[in-house]
Amino acid sequence: MAVFVLTDGLKKLIGTAEPPLLYKIEEGSIQRFARAVGDSNPMHNDVEFAAQSEFGRLKAPPSFTGWPVTSGFDMFQFVEKLIAAGAPRGNLDGSVEYEFKAPIGAGDMLVAVIKIANIEGKETRMGPTMVTTLETTYTNQRGEVALIARNQFLSF
Amino acid sequence: MAKQLYYEDVEVGSEITPLKKIATTRMLVQYAGASGDFNPLHYEEDFAKSLGVGKPIVHGLLKRAWLVNLMTDWIGEKGGLKKLSCRYRGMDYPRKMKTFDEPHDGDTWWCKGKVTKKFVQGDENLVECEIWVENDKGEKNTTGSALTALPSKAK
Amino acid sequence: MAAFVVTDSLKQLIGQKEKPVVLKIEEGAIQRYARAVGDSNPLFSDVEYAAQSKWGRVMAPPGFTGWPIASGFDMFKLFERLAKAGAPMGLLDGGVEYDFLAPIGDGDILVMEIKIAGIEGRETKMGPTMVTTIESTFTNQRGAVALITRNTFLNF
Repeated sequence: MAVFVLTDGLKKLIGTAEPPLLYKIEEGSIQRFARAVGDSNPMHNDVEFAAQSEFGRLKAPPSFTGWPVTSGFDMFQFVEKLIAAGAPRGNLDGSVEYEFKAPIGAGDMLVAVIKIANIEGKETRMGPTMVTTLETTYTNQRGEVALIARNQFLSF
Repeated sequence: MAKQLYYEDVEVGSEITPLKKIATTRMLVQYAGASGDFNPLHYEEDFAKSLGVGKPIVHGLLKRAWLVNLMTDWIGEKGGLKKLSCRYRGMDYPRKMKTFDEPHDGDTWWCKGKVTKKFVQGDENLVECEIWVENDKGEKNTTGSALTALPSKAK
Repeated sequence: MAAFVVTDSLKQLIGQKEKPVVLKIEEGAIQRYARAVGDSNPLFSDVEYAAQSKWGRVMAPPGFTGWPIASGFDMFKLFERLAKAGAPMGLLDGGVEYDFLAPIGDGDILVMEIKIAGIEGRETKMGPTMVTTIESTFTNQRGAVALITRNTFLNF
């Protein structure tokens, strides 16, 4: 067993960003997501209820936005890119961290920028392991950063 | 996109440009999410076995969507699809995934069709087609028909 | 082998209507569907392209709307109800028939009315089989019937 050693190709990816994605938050996709995770909060499901609330519209559950739930982003291609640069094929989600800065709701238009914040070599019980940290910043139509998400995943 | 098809371009017997499709387990999951059809028949081995179909099968509605894709690609933006119907006559089984993106070897499907009738009704130029999805063995497990209106070069 | 015999409680379900469901047609859902079925027509996925087209918005591929693609409609409940009334447990999709009467696209609001149009007993290669036809009518915000679908299910 040993620590995973980063290739030069992988080191070069650190700090690179994916092309920005425009992310339109729709009522239907909030409802679909809430049903899929079993969240029956009417703020995420009931259009009329949400309209009467102080927020005034359907609110996205805080877990709704965050890589890779990004319409238009092909996470498989992204992982293949890492593999082409020398990442091992085994792949597991490691952790996620959110900073919620402004609520997100139906009708919002977010711009998501996904950046490879870091790639590290480690040794885990899976053997030599590469740990990739992605940082995604979501900026809303008012220019406010609504969310910063950090996803870590393990390649081994 | 292919160039616009006109009523004058087709005759009875004309072939619709075939469309190739490969169903994978990943595509079935994606289709379930996009369509809301979460029938376990399409992802749960034992459940599928208990229904007597052996293993999870491709959604009939996904094959139907392929036939729609076949028609709308062929008729182009000026064509209008008026009717479509299909029947599911046999089971199709998705390929399993080898990598995130790449499926194992297995079945490939072709959506095909041909013109069975063309006629003018009112101010519309109508074309009727028989359409189907066939697998490598030439088995037509999904068959149907479509009625479409095409633009005319005369107008 | 014999034809399936339709019970009285099943006969009573014929003609029964489900509670109407309001469907809001949204761009993101259309894009997600087009990706899922592998349809790369830009009219169904490319917002800018679609805006320049004669429709001026992302259009739904024919068949995007059609039971059971019905946010808020639980098809399993309907199947359970049929099972309770005597339908055999085995279930397969038999076929579908569409009448496309008006185009459907982003921003449309449809009212979907679902009716059990027919229940018949037959004999098929699965044995005694019950054939259920469900007719759905979709009316748009301009009051025009945009779509009629007839779905056939086999219980065996």
